[in-house]
Amino acid sequence: MLDLLSGFIIELRNAGLPVSLTENLDAMHAISHIPLEDREAFKYALGATLVKNNAHWRSFETVFEVYFSLRGPEYKIIDGEAGEGSLDDFMQQLQNMSQQGEGSGGAGGMDALTPEELMNILMNALLNGDQALMRALAKQAVQRFAGMEPGRPVGGTYYLYRTLRNLDLDGMMDKLMDATKQQVGGELTGLEERLERDEYNHRIEQFKQEVEAEIRRKLVADRGAEAMAKTLRKPLPEDVEFMHASRDEMQNLKKALQPLTRKLAAKLARKRRHGRKGPLDFRNTVRHSLAYGGVPAEPKFKYPRPAKPELIVVADISGSVAAFARFTLMLVYALSNQFSKVRAFVFIDGIDEVTDYFKKTEDISEAIHRINTEADVIWVDGHSDYGHAFEVFWDKFGKEVNPKSTVMFLGDARNNYHASQAWVIKEVKQKARKVFWLNPEPRSYWNTGDSIVSEYGTHTDGVFEVRNLRQLEAFVEHLV
Amino acid sequence: MAPRFESVQSVRDGLKAVNYLADDGIAGVAFLADRLGKPILVEGPAGTGKTQLAKSIAEMTGARLIRLQCYEGLDESKALYEWNYKKQLLRIQADKNSDSWSDVHDDIFGDEFLLTRPLLEAITAEEPVVLLIDEVDRVEVETEALLLEILSEYQVSIPELGTITAKQIPLVFLTSNNTRELSEALKRRCLFLHVDYPQMDREKEIVLTKVEGITEMLADQVARIVRSIRQLDLKKSPSVSETLDWARTLVLLGINNIDAEQAKETLHILLKYQSDIAKAAKELSVD
Repeated sequence: MLDLLSGFIIELRNAGLPVSLTENLDAMHAISHIPLEDREAFKYALGATLVKNNAHWRSFETVFEVYFSLRGPEYKIIDGEAGEGSLDDFMQQLQNMSQQGEGSGGAGGMDALTPEELMNILMNALLNGDQALMRALAKQAVQRFAGMEPGRPVGGTYYLYRTLRNLDLDGMMDKLMDATKQQVGGELTGLEERLERDEYNHRIEQFKQEVEAEIRRKLVADRGAEAMAKTLRKPLPEDVEFMHASRDEMQNLKKALQPLTRKLAAKLARKRRHGRKGPLDFRNTVRHSLAYGGVPAEPKFKYPRPAKPELIVVADISGSVAAFARFTLMLVYALSNQFSKVRAFVFIDGIDEVTDYFKKTEDISEAIHRINTEADVIWVDGHSDYGHAFEVFWDKFGKEVNPKSTVMFLGDARNNYHASQAWVIKEVKQKARKVFWLNPEPRSYWNTGDSIVSEYGTHTDGVFEVRNLRQLEAFVEHLV
Repeated sequence: MAPRFESVQSVRDGLKAVNYLADDGIAGVAFLADRLGKPILVEGPAGTGKTQLAKSIAEMTGARLIRLQCYEGLDESKALYEWNYKKQLLRIQADKNSDSWSDVHDDIFGDEFLLTRPLLEAITAEEPVVLLIDEVDRVEVETEALLLEILSEYQVSIPELGTITAKQIPLVFLTSNNTRELSEALKRRCLFLHVDYPQMDREKEIVLTKVEGITEMLADQVARIVRSIRQLDLKKSPSVSETLDWARTLVLLGINNIDAEQAKETLHILLKYQSDIAKAAKELSVD
């Protein structure tokens, strides 16, 4: 047990969770108070002592599932035949079903069913929200469709994809809705339909998780926990790179962004308020001295009021760096009350101002959506042309850069070998208070291929590598 | 000291008896906190019953609840203890002539002149107490350090008096809305519990227990609509307490079956931003 637990903790650290020695000891203490048979309680005991940040919970859960997955002969990967244990389960389930007159009869177990019959059972299970049956079906589906072979070096996502493709869950949704309509007899109102849809979405999601868990269990049984943990290791939300995030990770990033802006805003406001005291405010001191008969008993000081910077964001939104631009714009606008004014420009090879999109709506994601669909950023061919975009920027908006403004350029500076027009940056630098360049690429890629970031960078006050939320947060703090 | 709780299940049952529906995680962590003698740091969105958890545990164990509401600018004299300065002055003046200086000196820094504040009070209490340190993320990072001694050792050091150790180990809850990252030192000393919006089934149960005169069907509808709304991308998702308010409103209005129109008219109880309301109303009626 001790070995397993220390392996578990090492894996947590490898996954990036900060687990201290005392927390480790706490976990050991905690599990001595918990009945080990109770898997849920065991999980929460470890969670409460080892994970101190909710954003890390998912990573914890994955590692936990791998290390403390249910083990036993029934999870062996078997070609063709069903394991004994699961078959018994299944017969029972089937009998239940046939009593309701919906199954295809108890004979033969799951394996004898045709795919169509299997789909029917699955649909009924989803329709009734029958958890036990769904679990059994997940098991069967994996066995039948995933085509798992022992020792094959393929990741779990491959098997998951194969299984789900065969199940056609999207089509299932429509069938479910039809079935519900029939049950009710007649049309559903808009509200009812939406609620039903959400309910089924929830159930299908549950089913997918069952399938995923089943695949994972089999893989763990096949390869052992350490190897499995390594392949499943996912970066924490704040370490996910903008440029390579999957759709799922993007969702998580978005979720992580909200509390982050709140935290940053609170922190910045606090910083502003707690600035050092300034020089003596003579007028104010004299005025207050009247209360003491002209003796300046209570000195008054001027509080420095640091001017809020005016921000101009110029972002490349071409495919490769679009996600990064989106996140930075979101963060900047969420913090817009920390700046006296925020203006946003986006470009690919043409440039367009998008400040108005943010002004008109309170909803940042809607504004971002409009930028993607409406902004006029294509001049010739829709390949990044920093040089041309900057030239137009300088012609049209150059006069609006003033000594109060901080200018941020976002992009990887991959210019497709066009002219750089780096003089624009130089001019901007002379007029503006500060000029920064944020690059979402790893530092080692800079100035390779068509990247000319240092050509622009020499004219700025700093080029920052901003690959993930953690670095973005650090930069914004630096900015304000 | 004897443990307060028998098992995780007993915590759950006990909480249920005082109308707090705990899930496995909540009950499990409360149980562990008692066994390990560690504080619980409860984190989560506003209005998910973090403060209520501490209150309910206090009610369930029959302990006194001592509450320290945190705010910016909270300091030692408000959280720990303070010397009763006026009383000390009086004491000195009262025997101006009789006592020698050393007597007075020893005397005015005694228990009698000490004003206990919530933290010290929780430590010195004879009877069982539950200490609730509410919204701990509002104090500055420096002030957090005040809490460290009491959280790990259950003691308070007063320079003039020495160290006061707890007579019994109180059950400590810290709540946080996560407006800033708490320091590692504080987190390390606590068990961590994240309270999120409840699953639909649990929310329905909560509505059923907390709202009088609600039908099962209405509670089910309420829970399902709220779940749908929470899936939208909103500025502020409806909290449990807002769900309860909404359910109460519906009961008062005599509505037994919500249709889209009624839902739209009462949305402002669930959501507090105009843009959120507009968005939710659109989603609920169109699809």
